[in-house]
Amino acid sequence: MTAKEANPSQPGGKSRTEDTAALLRELVAHLRQNRTQLREEWARRITQAKLLTAMTEEEVFAEATSVYDNYVEALETGTFEALQAYSRNLSERIIPRGVETHEVVGIVLLLRDTMARSLFGKYHEDFEKLNRILDAYEPAANRIANTVAVGFVQERERIIRQQQEAIRELSTPVLQVRERLLILPIIGVIDPQRARQLTEQLLRAIRANRAKVVVIDITGVAAMDSNVANHLVQTVEAARLLGATVIVTGLSPEIAQTLVTIGVDLSEMATVGDLQGGIEEAERLLGYKVVPLAEGQPA
Amino acid sequence: MEVPILKQGDYLIASIQSALTDADLSQLREALVERVGRFRSRGVIVDVTALDVMDSFAVRTLRDIAHMARLRGAETVIVGIQPEVAFAMVQLGLTLKGIATALDLEEGLNFLNRRGKERVDRA
Repeated sequence: MTAKEANPSQPGGKSRTEDTAALLRELVAHLRQNRTQLREEWARRITQAKLLTAMTEEEVFAEATSVYDNYVEALETGTFEALQAYSRNLSERIIPRGVETHEVVGIVLLLRDTMARSLFGKYHEDFEKLNRILDAYEPAANRIANTVAVGFVQERERIIRQQQEAIRELSTPVLQVRERLLILPIIGVIDPQRARQLTEQLLRAIRANRAKVVVIDITGVAAMDSNVANHLVQTVEAARLLGATVIVTGLSPEIAQTLVTIGVDLSEMATVGDLQGGIEEAERLLGYKVVPLAEGQPA
Repeated sequence: MEVPILKQGDYLIASIQSALTDADLSQLREALVERVGRFRSRGVIVDVTALDVMDSFAVRTLRDIAHMARLRGAETVIVGIQPEVAFAMVQLGLTLKGIATALDLEEGLNFLNRRGKERVDRA
């Protein structure tokens, strides 16, 4: 074996690199040889550690096989592009299944440990060689673990960005219910960015529809903190600068309590219990009067 | 640049055409307050449609105009604040509290007419 030829006491850079390469070759050969056994061992340890519970055993085994092969290949070639692409691809498949970051990191570390164990088993008689093999193995293995974990996290972040984009596009419609009366139903979480977008949209709609009254319904807003409340106040003030009156409706008891507790000043804001009340109030402001048809009279 | 002030019946209309310096704004304030008395005006409309920036001095001057005109017996409406300007003003905390605003000149005139009628009704 080439590893025997290189003298470890000779610190020459070139022979050291060759030495490492040779050791890695030997290592890869060993891992190829024991592929079936190590793979099974690994899959067993994954199940034992209760990782990847979202996937069936067969799926875990199938993924384990391809991860194993890619892992060994990365060790052999020392290039990580293929592994990077593979881990991105893998992440794409398993993220929708609800696989978490700690699971991915966990299984890659388990594979590293499984392989290291097998190396201990093989070289336990030649301690010095074991040392050199591990010297070659560990940096490469750590780099692989790193690559896979980073790939997974990047993919996840990409998905999160995509979803944020989607939510932003769903956004919030500004609806005209009567001449000069707009409704803005807000559903979900209001973050600073969304609040800004909401305000801009509302102001543009006020201008386009020549609105005089706007009803903002926040029935669908689960929680409110001082930031969100301030955004709301700002929206109301900005609308007023355009000459529109804003009525806020649908403050839940919890939100009302929070706002009073944290001391947000909503005295400038007209509030009405529910959307119906808000629209009635708006109609009153606009001078509308809804009169039911007398009974028996044709519509 | 001097801001033209038009007399329209009981009202004065100041239509700002371009960005104004602080001196122009002060000049506008003095001219308006003076003319409210000269023409016995009941209302003042300041049209800021052409402004795409509004700084704290401009907002303060508008507020001063409104307060001063009220002391001289005229109601003031600020009309035509652009959506972006409104947003920026609110972010800066310049909210023109207590001063009437309207979407455009037409709305402003409607507002003043309504106010005038209320005053007549009350009398």
